[in-house]
Amino acid sequence: MKRHTALYQQHVKQHAKMVDFHDWQMPLHYGSQLHEHQAVRQRVGMFDVSHMLAIDVIGTQATAFLQRLLANDVAKLKQAGRSLYSCMLNPQGGIIDDLLVYFLADDYYRLVVNASRAAIDLAWLQQNADAYAIELTAIDDLAIIALQGPQALATFKQIANPQQQLAVTALTTSFSVCRSDNWVIARTGYTGEDGFEIMLPAIDAVNLWQTLSNAGVQACGLGARDSLRLEAGMALYDNDMDDSISPLESGLAWTVAWQPSQRQFIGRQALEKQQQQGLKQQLVGLVLNQRGVLRAQQTVILNDQRHGVITSGGFSPSMQQSIALARLPISNDTHVNVIIRNKTLAAKIVKPPFIRHGKIMIDGEKN
Amino acid sequence: MNNIPTDLRYTASHEWARREGDELIIGITDHAQSLLGDLVFVELPEIDGQLNRNDDAVVVESVKAASDVYAPVAGTVIEVNHALTDSPQLVNQDCYGSGWLFKLRPDDIAEWDQLLDDDSYRQQIETDA
Repeated sequence: MKRHTALYQQHVKQHAKMVDFHDWQMPLHYGSQLHEHQAVRQRVGMFDVSHMLAIDVIGTQATAFLQRLLANDVAKLKQAGRSLYSCMLNPQGGIIDDLLVYFLADDYYRLVVNASRAAIDLAWLQQNADAYAIELTAIDDLAIIALQGPQALATFKQIANPQQQLAVTALTTSFSVCRSDNWVIARTGYTGEDGFEIMLPAIDAVNLWQTLSNAGVQACGLGARDSLRLEAGMALYDNDMDDSISPLESGLAWTVAWQPSQRQFIGRQALEKQQQQGLKQQLVGLVLNQRGVLRAQQTVILNDQRHGVITSGGFSPSMQQSIALARLPISNDTHVNVIIRNKTLAAKIVKPPFIRHGKIMIDGEKN
Repeated sequence: MNNIPTDLRYTASHEWARREGDELIIGITDHAQSLLGDLVFVELPEIDGQLNRNDDAVVVESVKAASDVYAPVAGTVIEVNHALTDSPQLVNQDCYGSGWLFKLRPDDIAEWDQLLDDDSYRQQIETDA
């Protein structure tokens, strides 16, 4: 029996194609994934992401706890009202999950983790919490609605109550976060556009969803969520990394805070050893300049015949050509071959992101 | 609710065929386009190509996966829907009309009658489900 979010009936009413997503039944699209993708790039769209789990970390040692558990350093946040993106590693340096951590108030952080990893993450955090004066709380009755696109801010201001209007004026940069009543509103997202992730009590979710819908916001499903994040060069857990792979081989070295050197986060020693021995693989972007679609698990062949694999692939509606992320042995190749349905096609290696704020960031060599 | 026009014939692999004189127009059904999701590329066959029944005729790439479309009967390809090169979404929007894929001159037009009628095709997809 799959779980439903508070917005399930709304999705059904809006004729969503529902699919199984781990424990959940979620909307894949509401008619056309491409249409939803374009709506976010050009205007604004909304996503029900209530399947993700929020875990609150509260206590006098909350900072110390997260400095131990996370590869990025929460001390960078300096004051409440900010958030950052981090990996959580096992002692072998493998990625248990990638997540956002929001600094809400002194001694109070909120983690938002992937639905597919929620149970594992919670168990891991609890296992490591004994030595710290903190309380961990998985928030059960929370809904999360992501409002994303160049018109996200204007749209939110259009429908927000005076208290929320005021709170949102504090969100001047991306990764900022504020609280309004019992809502948490963050200027974060998974699309490469401006936008907000609104965490609110589940009982308020239907009202917000309907208000946004009446304001003309396009409902968007998991299909568009995936194509948008791929264009934005953002990693997806299970596809682009798992608990056997380090951030250094997943394009996520930038999320590891080495300084201060005394900060012994779990997995640090394994990463240091990996760096000393030299990295063997890296995550790169690929773009196909001919008709065809790069897809996960396709084999990539370097000029010297070594093999790699595509971890995430698909069609970029913004570029009208196929793009991918791939894990390849380290090389100086600029172009590689990909086996697509028994044919060999050439793809160009590029540095993600492919799209940022609606603009194409790479040269796709389109014919 | 699947749209299954009564004047067409169907295959178990979700192609439809419309008879116009001694030619057949071929496409994929509403059920098929819905399963595939948004199409992004359609690779059409060569004009004058000879196809046997169940030969690969067209490759459709959707946001989800690539899929083969098969010739429902043996014949010669006489026309293809070039509009799909730039507008593959016509298959999703109007699969029995402007989303047609190609036209065949069948070797034996009587084979068209032997394809599934609309009721049989409906039963087929209900059994598949």
